[in-house]
Amino acid sequence: MQPTSRDFPANARAGLADANLQRAMALARTGFPARRAEAVARLPEFEALREAGKAIKDHTLAHLDFYLERYERAVIAQGGTVHWARDAAEARAAVLGICQAAGARTVTKGKSMIAEEVGLNAHLEAHGIVPVETDLGEYIIQLRHEPPSHIIAPAIHLMKEQVADSFRAAHTGLDPGRPLAEARAMCAEARAMLRPRFLAADVGITGANFLVAETGSSIIVTNEGNGDLTQTLPRVHIVMASIEKVVPTLEDAATLLRLLARSATGQEFSSYTTVSTGPRRPGDLDGPEQYHVVILDNGRSRLLGGEFQDMLRCLKCAACLNHCPVYTAVGGHAYGWVYPGPMGSVLTPALIGLAEAGHLPNASTLCGRCESVCPVKIPLPKMLRHWRERQFAANQAPPAARSLLSLWRFAASRPALYHRLAGAAARLLAWAGRGRGRFRSLPFAAGWTAVRDMPAPEGRTFHAQWAAGRRR
Amino acid sequence: MAEPVRVGLLVTCLVDLFRPTVGFAAVRLLERAGCAVEVPLQTCCGQPAYNSGDRAGARAVARRVIAAFAGYDYVVAPSGSCAGMVRVHYPELFADAPADRAAAAELAARTYELTAFLVDVRGVAAVEAVWPRRAAYHDACSGLRELGVKEQPRRLLAGVAGCELAELPGAEVCCGFGGTFCVKYPAISDKMVGDKAAEIAASGAEAVLAGDLGCLLNIAGKLSRLGHRVEARHVAEVLAGMTGEAPPIGEP
Repeated sequence: MQPTSRDFPANARAGLADANLQRAMALARTGFPARRAEAVARLPEFEALREAGKAIKDHTLAHLDFYLERYERAVIAQGGTVHWARDAAEARAAVLGICQAAGARTVTKGKSMIAEEVGLNAHLEAHGIVPVETDLGEYIIQLRHEPPSHIIAPAIHLMKEQVADSFRAAHTGLDPGRPLAEARAMCAEARAMLRPRFLAADVGITGANFLVAETGSSIIVTNEGNGDLTQTLPRVHIVMASIEKVVPTLEDAATLLRLLARSATGQEFSSYTTVSTGPRRPGDLDGPEQYHVVILDNGRSRLLGGEFQDMLRCLKCAACLNHCPVYTAVGGHAYGWVYPGPMGSVLTPALIGLAEAGHLPNASTLCGRCESVCPVKIPLPKMLRHWRERQFAANQAPPAARSLLSLWRFAASRPALYHRLAGAAARLLAWAGRGRGRFRSLPFAAGWTAVRDMPAPEGRTFHAQWAAGRRR
Repeated sequence: MAEPVRVGLLVTCLVDLFRPTVGFAAVRLLERAGCAVEVPLQTCCGQPAYNSGDRAGARAVARRVIAAFAGYDYVVAPSGSCAGMVRVHYPELFADAPADRAAAAELAARTYELTAFLVDVRGVAAVEAVWPRRAAYHDACSGLRELGVKEQPRRLLAGVAGCELAELPGAEVCCGFGGTFCVKYPAISDKMVGDKAAEIAASGAEAVLAGDLGCLLNIAGKLSRLGHRVEARHVAEVLAGMTGEAPPIGEP
């Protein structure tokens, strides 16, 4: 996917001007946090669970090579194959190779952000293989030729009327007069359209919420059961995951699963939690003949041992998106690549470069709500600040901001000068704003007064009055 | 009689420049709580540089703060943002600077946001003030999430005669100020503060209070731009009974 993160301000304005997106995000911004809060309130040990989850991920990341190799050995022992992909191109090539060897014409896909990250669908299509998204949200945006706008609810930016329109446009064989006002009717229609695709698919591709080192298992959670059909019906199952998805044991996965659904959707558990271990064995009732795992690095191993390592704890639950006032104002497409919101603003510069994604760490008020809901306590604001430090050090901060900052530094380091300047500014502004108490426009603060008034200062600064003897 | 505790007031840049009344309200509240208040020569806590990625600039300014506030029993700021900078971020800022690390941690440990200091440290249970208003309270982000300031201002306001709190469902959602964010991304900031102003107006509150002047300038400016007549004030003015000494923020 070609990033447009460079155009974040314009993308954001487009999101703000999109009436449907605004209606949809208004529902998301209250709905997700309310459901999470209720789920957390029902679990007294939730805070302790966050600490336990963080500890599991920290331990695994500290020994990532060990657990990845252990995982690979376990997969092989169960009859599966592991494919290591250093970058997106290697991941695409690995998947395409497996599909071509299987003579695949269509593949079904469960939701996979890693497949989005490597641009898998376009690559398969270019080689004559038809990818069919089976997660309802992914199915909708595939019909609309849009990227996901959210990491667990890819079509969250749409209202159901838009989905109905897309279904009518795409499902041309159906009665044009059929009722599609209810979500239930649309779900039934998608299910009917997908059923033959599930049965016809040669390969099924899923993501993974966890890779379990001790057993060689991959675990996915879904609410639609589409993941199960994707991975059990076709002859070949391909799991796509990134290196940080590995956890040591099934017990560790169980601990993290208790955090995941509560943080993501406010459910105690997702409707389907599916554990896959190798291909079908003799005597198994179902399952694929081949089981492959493509494990992607794509820059993540560079984060180990540095100031961004904590980011690799991420469970991709999307709580940080759902609670972010910037994300819910502009929608996910504004961020211009695969991962939006706070986790995306930390991860994206690491994966596609700070030059392309430089706006993202700055497009935050550092309000801290993301960190406060993160199930594994990733210090997201701190890491956004680290990116800003890198920009500053590399002279990538905007020149206007830099010169203002050096002016501020000069004055803030000279108290006498600072107070003369502040005193003069306060008196001047108070005089100019006398009688009204506020300004509708200020030439040197146009960014402020374009959308809101600037309250006028009282007149004399605190320090001037204190120095003159006022005490109360 | 016990020696009064010595408090150094971290005035904050915005209070100094825009609304000195908040600083004098803080002085009055601290003195009533048995503190001797002093105001050492100071400029800024360094947060603008810190959040802009200028670590060296932030350190240079922070070192001056550490020196200026040495020796006080406590340092108190009428701002969760500036208090949070000292209390939470100074130790991070100097984590890899052995020469300053101990002094930064020592200052951090005795630095407080005003309402948290009054309630948690000084055990203030009630203030003497009258302010007959139905008021919404906005929980400024840094105070709330970095310092745990939530119940303290509400407990103190419960003792203000005539004051009734109208709780906003989105009280803990950022107002869109964010320091330089509001001018770097004005369209997004506008959406955030527009939602905040609309929620305050819809609550039927006659007034909005907060513990941080940055948020208040933003919220008051949006309320007046939208034509809502809602009185915006710093919580310290109300608690100190000083609402008669200055018009509401942004009013003549």
